[in-house]
Amino acid sequence: MTMQFNDETFRGDYTYHNSPEAIRRFPFPFDQDTYMYSVNIEQHPGGPKGTPFEKMFDVDEHYVAEMKDREITLAEDPLRCQSLPHMELAGWDLLELIMVSKARDYPDLFTLHRDGNDWHWINKPLGIEKKFTFLDATTLPCGPMEYITRQTQGDFALLHERDNNLWMDAGMITSQADWSLDFDVGMNFFEWHAPVPKARKMGVFDKALKFLLAVGQGQHYRRLNWTMTVNPRLDTSPENYHKWGPEKRTITPENVGQKQFLRVELQTFFRLPRSNALAFPIRCYLMNLEDIATKPKWGRRLHRVLRDIDPDLAEYKGFAVNQKTIVDYLSQFDDGAPTSPGIFPD
Amino acid sequence: MPKTEFSPSIDSRPTYSGLVSQGAAPAIMVADEAGAQALTDLAASDASVMDHAHVVLVGCGAAALGDVKPVALHEAPDFDAATPLVTQLLNTARMGTQIYLAGSEGLIGHVSALAFAAGMPVDEIQMEHRGSIARRMQCVHCKGITEDVTTDPFTCAHCGLTLFVRDHFSRRLGVFQGVCVDAETPGVVPETVEIQA
Ligand code: HEM
Repeated sequence: MTMQFNDETFRGDYTYHNSPEAIRRFPFPFDQDTYMYSVNIEQHPGGPKGTPFEKMFDVDEHYVAEMKDREITLAEDPLRCQSLPHMELAGWDLLELIMVSKARDYPDLFTLHRDGNDWHWINKPLGIEKKFTFLDATTLPCGPMEYITRQTQGDFALLHERDNNLWMDAGMITSQADWSLDFDVGMNFFEWHAPVPKARKMGVFDKALKFLLAVGQGQHYRRLNWTMTVNPRLDTSPENYHKWGPEKRTITPENVGQKQFLRVELQTFFRLPRSNALAFPIRCYLMNLEDIATKPKWGRRLHRVLRDIDPDLAEYKGFAVNQKTIVDYLSQFDDGAPTSPGIFPD
Repeated sequence: MPKTEFSPSIDSRPTYSGLVSQGAAPAIMVADEAGAQALTDLAASDASVMDHAHVVLVGCGAAALGDVKPVALHEAPDFDAATPLVTQLLNTARMGTQIYLAGSEGLIGHVSALAFAAGMPVDEIQMEHRGSIARRMQCVHCKGITEDVTTDPFTCAHCGLTLFVRDHFSRRLGVFQGVCVDAETPGVVPETVEIQA
């Protein structure tokens, strides 16, 4: 096995950390010095070698630790994984997409042998070997969506399409930026996006939904979204807000570089073949300000973006209370020099 | 009491556009005392709407309907008592059955969630708000539902956390979302205000 997996935690003592390689390949989300919502959608996969855009489902040094954290969250709250009865076929579609992609893209980590519907799956990093019958749920220990997403980094929403809308009828959501799957299951695109400020009036959601409805078989796209999180915590759910909320107020000028993380979501869209559902993986990358600032372009740019951001967005994203401390800290990395276009470091 | 006009809000907040007769189709109608007035107004606009209607009145007697005569009329003292009957009506409803709900947010939320569970197309349900603007609130932390919430913040009847009242609404659950108001600063709670329409 070529990849080394970190022994680290996303809660309690928070031993999560990024290697120099993880810092280099971090999906920094800003391609210019300002930010506002937009329909920022592009083809996926595709991108420079070694970036998280290269493969269908990126696997990195945090894989094993993230799957352990998901297991803890699910044990405490099984409602983080839900699937309405008509979504089981979409779950099989997703399982197929992930197993086939991972076995192709990471042959030394994952293997899939298929003989008709008799499948044999080997996941080396997690030590799983399973023979099962494709499309027969009795041959897996749980539903197909749950089975495969317990072995895949990132959250997953499965959207059913009807009445010219998308309906969030299934999901595995354990690393969300403060929204509740249990509350949102059964909602349509406009309903689950209702709390987002400004975007509806700007036409962003109408355009985005139109785009998604037109995504055809075999087409895949992605977009980046971001927020700010104190401590490297995956489970920033509303369910547990009263547990992680107090940590938000522990930021000081001395610790902000280490404790304040930029949280980037690599969101991808896949039309699924049998169910015609849309799969929406939301992969989360966390990096603290100190590590970001090791790339001079990123330090300068993040300072400008967070200093000038619309106050409604800072409030919605939950970092308004710490904005001044964050911006003061980042200002030391901004010498006023111009930044190059694009997201990659110089 | 007239139909309630709510101030503009976010997209998930239901708007209750009012009852409009779909003619003499099979129908399930559920109302509380204030909502019963909306049913009599509906019957006044088109008497045939009652020809195949099952009406369930929650917390009030048949007198609330005046001389309107649906094909069947049931009375239940409260939501809990009405639930088995309404569930049975929903589960055995024929294709094309119309649903009319009228009354408080709690009544509408409760019954539309039962309709969702029965697989009915929730966006086709007719709803009219009358009477109390008290909300049916779900605590996002413990998942317990507190009925008849009239203040913001309020105390979760189940886990005791102090929750603020969001406009975010789940049609599947028929509830608004309540979120801990002092999560970041335990004990620091804003002044309590009455919920506005
Ligand atoms: C169909 C797949 C999608 C799902 C399941 C999804 C889900 C969500 C959810 C649950 C939220 C949080 C809302 C809350 O506060 O409760 C959100 C936020 C948001 N979504 Fe989506 N979304 C999808 C696609 C898109 C697309 C295509 C766009 C394109 C512009 C978009 C733009 C946004 C924006 C701008 C926010 C606010 C994020 C922030 O400021 O942190 N979403 N989305």
